[in-house]
Amino acid sequence: MYKWFHQLGSPPTFYRWSGRWLPWLSLICFVLFVIGLYGGLVYAPADYQQSDSFRIMYVHVPAAWMSMFVYMVMAISGAIAIIWHMKLAEIVMLSSAPIGASFTFLALVTGSIWGKPMWGTWWEWGDARLVSELILLFLYIGVIGLYSAIDDKRKAAQSVAILSLVGIINIPIIHYSVIWLNTLHQGPTVTKFDNPSIDTRMLIPLLIMAVAFKLFYGIVLLLRSRNEVLWRERRSQWVKDTLGDKTDG
Amino acid sequence: MNVFITILKRDLILAIRHRAELLNPMLFFVLVIVLFQLGLRAKPEVLVDFAPAIVWIAALLSALLSLDHMFRSDMEDGALEQMIISTQATSLLVLAKIIAHWIITGLAVTLVGPLLGMMLGLSFDATKILFLTLLIGTPVLSAIGSIGVALTVGLRRGGVILSLLVLPLFVPVLIFASQTVTTYIAGYPIAASISFLIALLVLSLSLAPWATAAALRVSVS
Repeated sequence: MYKWFHQLGSPPTFYRWSGRWLPWLSLICFVLFVIGLYGGLVYAPADYQQSDSFRIMYVHVPAAWMSMFVYMVMAISGAIAIIWHMKLAEIVMLSSAPIGASFTFLALVTGSIWGKPMWGTWWEWGDARLVSELILLFLYIGVIGLYSAIDDKRKAAQSVAILSLVGIINIPIIHYSVIWLNTLHQGPTVTKFDNPSIDTRMLIPLLIMAVAFKLFYGIVLLLRSRNEVLWRERRSQWVKDTLGDKTDG
Repeated sequence: MNVFITILKRDLILAIRHRAELLNPMLFFVLVIVLFQLGLRAKPEVLVDFAPAIVWIAALLSALLSLDHMFRSDMEDGALEQMIISTQATSLLVLAKIIAHWIITGLAVTLVGPLLGMMLGLSFDATKILFLTLLIGTPVLSAIGSIGVALTVGLRRGGVILSLLVLPLFVPVLIFASQTVTTYIAGYPIAASISFLIALLVLSLSLAPWATAAALRVSVS
């Protein structure tokens, strides 16, 4: 196990290994998206309260899940980068930040589009999850901003790793402080519609979409990491060999 | 422990010799609050609702403004490198610098804040609670802020990126502190929210020095 981990950490092995997996992952992800979207938009019955407008859930909920998941991946790979100074962990962490920020942004936009017909307003400060999602977006932007501000990229990666670890401790505190704020000030009662236990026909497409989003993240992460690996190792022999083969053939 | 006191003394002496720097954050704090009121022109009974948040946001901004000085001059004259390569635990030195920063900036804000709270129409009792939240909350700002400063100290223009890193992390302090005062004014018990603030204080003072020390090692190397 450790040996495998170690081998994967070396850029050429990672590059070859990820190249082999990418087409398969893309295929599975595409199929899951088609099934999930069909299931969500066509097969699932309309909600008795929200009629068809609930269907945005099939994008909103997985995006929101991913926004947290990606931050977690970032913090864990940040910890690995600090402890073992592993280059690949740095690359995974750095490549994850813009993807996570995009998921967070998507969750915010779809959330506010969903909020308009449901709550009657585009933005609701009373909803704790919406607000803490917004702050999560700022944390992502901070990570990206710090990385681009430091010129020495190895140093920048180490700094970002520390920042993302600090962030992961703060996310629960921020989240619960926002919730606490709102339980104290009893907000307008429309903000929370009671979710009746969800119908299986609605749930299954949601889960499929969640898996599809995870795979999509994996694919984009691999693509970005491969680029980053090539760019960082652009002066080494193996990159010249790999890319040279392609241009010759 | 000797080192801790030495650093604390040194920073305080340095601050006293540069009195302008000592006063600036406090003047900035007062100015922001005055500007708020001039812009709002709110009726006294409405202003009371805003007062805790206004005072606290001004406190956040003045802490942010003064944070940049925490390590910059030490970085420029090389003292910071000496601290890091010394045999003492860096986190202990960082803790001394955090506390020195709080005494220089946070304490002034804590003392002036209640007066401004009264100017904004808070009752005397509510002002006492505001004082208490400032007393507990402003050291948290210095502690969390030190992480951000340590990460950006190597940069020539760290100011803007520093605010981007640190302000989201200040959110819990702002929420708990200003809520404590509004809850008190509304007549509800505040023991729970004060306990939360104290928890934030303990957590940040015990964890932030480690993160800051690690960040300094990266920035200075």
